[in-house]
Amino acid sequence: MGLNRKVSFVEGLKYQGGGPMIAWMLHRITGVGIVVFVGLHVLASFFMQQVGSDWATWVNTVYESWIFQIFIAFFVIFHALNGLRIAILDLWPKFLMYQREALWLEWLIFLPIYGLTIFILVQKSLAGG
Amino acid sequence: MRARTVRPGMNFEYIMWIFTRISGLALILLGLIGTTGAFILGARTQMDLPTLVRWSFFPNPNHVVNSNIPDVAIGWATAYWQIMQMLLIFFAATHGFNGLRTVIEDFTGQSFFRPLLRGLIFLLWMFALIVAIYVILAS
Repeated sequence: MGLNRKVSFVEGLKYQGGGPMIAWMLHRITGVGIVVFVGLHVLASFFMQQVGSDWATWVNTVYESWIFQIFIAFFVIFHALNGLRIAILDLWPKFLMYQREALWLEWLIFLPIYGLTIFILVQKSLAGG
Repeated sequence: MRARTVRPGMNFEYIMWIFTRISGLALILLGLIGTTGAFILGARTQMDLPTLVRWSFFPNPNHVVNSNIPDVAIGWATAYWQIMQMLLIFFAATHGFNGLRTVIEDFTGQSFFRPLLRGLIFLLWMFALIVAIYVILAS
């Protein structure tokens, strides 16, 4: 069975997939983002320890700022929760009946966790930490 | 964007598909183990949130040097946490670079560049694992 769809990029954008499509797109974007983030972090930490280079120190300083941490918290928490939903639905396909509800449940779990993270990060930055 | 051509049966794509699910669940579990372990070691009074999260992602003593932990070698740098770090980096690097391969191959399809890109991603994966194991064993 060969699966070969020929859909152009513009046609792909017109596709009205709704919630599941948004979750799929966000999963890909956050996944690639995490690979870039962790890869750069490993490289930067390696060069900071071994050579003490300026750009590596700069990268890690950016990573420690609270604005960057708000972004990376979204990437990691969303990717983890969406991945959990995908893994559960794929390993127990009976639950696919409730995939819309699973998506809502995922956002319901995501929002308080991410909101609390933002609250702590902003509170700490306002306190000057 | 063209979909990749995937044959059914026990092959590389199927094994990586299963691996992505299992390693994803394993990474969540390892993150929870890291967070719980940090609290048992006294993170509540000695760490702020970013430091705790850094420990959860990669329980390496170098990750928590700028915290209030008095002596990081006691409790925080043991063989147990070294094994946890190795499991975590293996699952994370393999999951991440395989995901990158999936996304890239969804866009390129069957083309001349596919073996080249696969080779490049394989080298990056090896490089990440070697650097990480060096960091784990040297600290």
